[in-house]
Amino acid sequence: MTDTILVCTDLRKSYGDIVAVDGVGFTIAAGETYGLLGPNGAGKTTSISMIAGLLEKDGGSAVVVGNEITTKSTAAKAAIGLVPQDLAIYPDLTGRENLRFFAKLYAMGAGLNERVDEVLEIIELTDRADDQTKVYSGGMKRRLNIGLGLLHRPDLLILDEPTVGVDPQSRNAILENVERLGEAGMAVLYTTHYMEEAERLCDRIGIIDEGKIIAEGTRRELVALVGGRDRLHVETSGDPSTVVPDVTALADVESCSAAGSALEVVALNASRALPEVVLAITRDGLDVHSVDVSEPDLESVFLHLTGKALRE
Amino acid sequence: MHAALTIAAKDLKERLRDRSAIVLAIVVPLGLAFIMNLTLGPITDQAFSTDVAVADADGGPVSEAFSGMLSEVEEAGFITVSEAADEAAARAMIDADEVSTAYLVPEGFSDAVGMSRDAEITVVANPDQAIGAQVGRAMAEGFAGEVNAVRLSVATALALGAENPGALAASAAAEPSPIVLASGQTEGRGFDFATFYATGIAVFFLFFTVQFGVLSIIDERETGTMPRLLVAPISKQSILVGKLAASFLMGVASTVVLWIATTLLMGADWGSSIGVLILILAGVAAAMGLTAAIATFTTTAEQAGAITAFIVVVFGVLGGVFFPVTRVSGAFVVVSRFAPHFWLMDGFQRLSAGEGIPDILPALGAILLFAVVLGGIGLVRARDLVKY
Repeated sequence: MTDTILVCTDLRKSYGDIVAVDGVGFTIAAGETYGLLGPNGAGKTTSISMIAGLLEKDGGSAVVVGNEITTKSTAAKAAIGLVPQDLAIYPDLTGRENLRFFAKLYAMGAGLNERVDEVLEIIELTDRADDQTKVYSGGMKRRLNIGLGLLHRPDLLILDEPTVGVDPQSRNAILENVERLGEAGMAVLYTTHYMEEAERLCDRIGIIDEGKIIAEGTRRELVALVGGRDRLHVETSGDPSTVVPDVTALADVESCSAAGSALEVVALNASRALPEVVLAITRDGLDVHSVDVSEPDLESVFLHLTGKALRE
Repeated sequence: MHAALTIAAKDLKERLRDRSAIVLAIVVPLGLAFIMNLTLGPITDQAFSTDVAVADADGGPVSEAFSGMLSEVEEAGFITVSEAADEAAARAMIDADEVSTAYLVPEGFSDAVGMSRDAEITVVANPDQAIGAQVGRAMAEGFAGEVNAVRLSVATALALGAENPGALAASAAAEPSPIVLASGQTEGRGFDFATFYATGIAVFFLFFTVQFGVLSIIDERETGTMPRLLVAPISKQSILVGKLAASFLMGVASTVVLWIATTLLMGADWGSSIGVLILILAGVAAAMGLTAAIATFTTTAEQAGAITAFIVVVFGVLGGVFFPVTRVSGAFVVVSRFAPHFWLMDGFQRLSAGEGIPDILPALGAILLFAVVLGGIGLVRARDLVKY
């Protein structure tokens, strides 16, 4: 039997008239990595802030290892590790001092120093452990930020977009770390708006938009929602949003949206739709710079479900 | 409690490592106290002295007694006496602003006194040296009083049958001068300037030193570490107490260091050690209350720092940390009571003058009132700062 670590039911949060989270619910089992995938402003950070006990809920519940989480529930908080989106480390302290400080707050007592050394090894900062973190590189700070979250061996580790603004090399190192944590049996809640990260790391994914989870499942289950549809990524000149109505009206096109200088098109049959799409774009006065046809992925799923691109 | 102590220790470690805190808390105030004492101390610490001139056209025993009285005062260091050849020369010295007072003793003055006729010394006052002139007039009045007393004593003795009026007069005149000037202190406040600048600067900078604790709460929010503290299994109160404890320790430690350093290096005399410690603890509490109340009405650490600096400087001036407010009068004196700095300085001045703990109770009460009222506002509002 799989141990359920987190059970969220009907989470709600509003700021005045703005509904930030509207009935979010999901579960995470031990050893499972759950991805909360959605664009900026979809409600990911608000959801995990309630789950981490940073924000009071307006409604619903979040239970970690049997303990309801509130902003005051110290027992539930002890089971959670948080890696905030922004760096949360003290620049005037060394890496080791940062770890020791938080280890003491978690009352780790005996074995504290051994655990600090262990974490330094995991995040590959043993050699620089006694340097003040203000002289660390961006990647090193990011790794320490993660190390602080997993220091007390939490049952649930929450990572809020940990790769935002990170160089590719550090990003890959972070993803490898997260993969290892999942394999080690930790329950991981990972929020991102990078589809590739969700596909690589997550056993199950909840797609969140406008405060609601609009689809949930494994990657295979989610992609199946799109059916046999293909995805066309068309780079154009000018503003591609001007041609969205004409492209959407084409017979073989199911949905179309503009993202930056490109059009994201979900087509029933790429080989039939492609000439029509190119013709429609050029007829509207734009040039086609490149076309990329791909199998359905989470981006296609999001486009299919919401009619907009993940990074709009 | 363990969490609060852990947070306090972390904050203190950060402050010690961030040299700017040490510089602001100890190095700058100590340096300023030294500089102010060296540059302003000798000027403001000077004893009062004035120049007088005597034009003695009499040369008799009574006018010589008058000159003798002036010489005694001169020896005490309060006046410098110059002899003028005649009345015109004396008036010329007044016009040239060389003296504050000129005494014109007319010819036959001693005889007139001896014969119990009207006798007078003309006192010419320099309007540009009003205080000196007042002192000069007071000395002449004192001498006249003495002469009159002698005449009265002699006349009374003769009326009662004494036979040797000359011996009586000589004996009465030999009595000590009624004018006695001595270096004194106002209302028992013996406050030397080394001590004044030491305590003034310590009080002034105390309010900057303790603001670190409250500002660090805002800092934790700005730098993103507050969420990590809030998800730790500790209460919000622990975070707040830890921050305030670090602030309190910083304030007490820096003021105690300034107390010891100025005592050893500048010769400052802060007075009763227990009284000083009590005032420091109360002062730190009031300073924390004030800075907390201010900081909680701001949104960024920079904003809080700027507003605190402005208010602390205004309170510092009002409270007399740069100059003794006992030397000014009017509305300023009333307004100054609304600055905690005033009461701290009052307490330190009393202790320095040798007064005891009972004498500083009014000041202590006022300081604690500031601490309770401002601290209450700050504490209630600072709890709102400890949030995501």
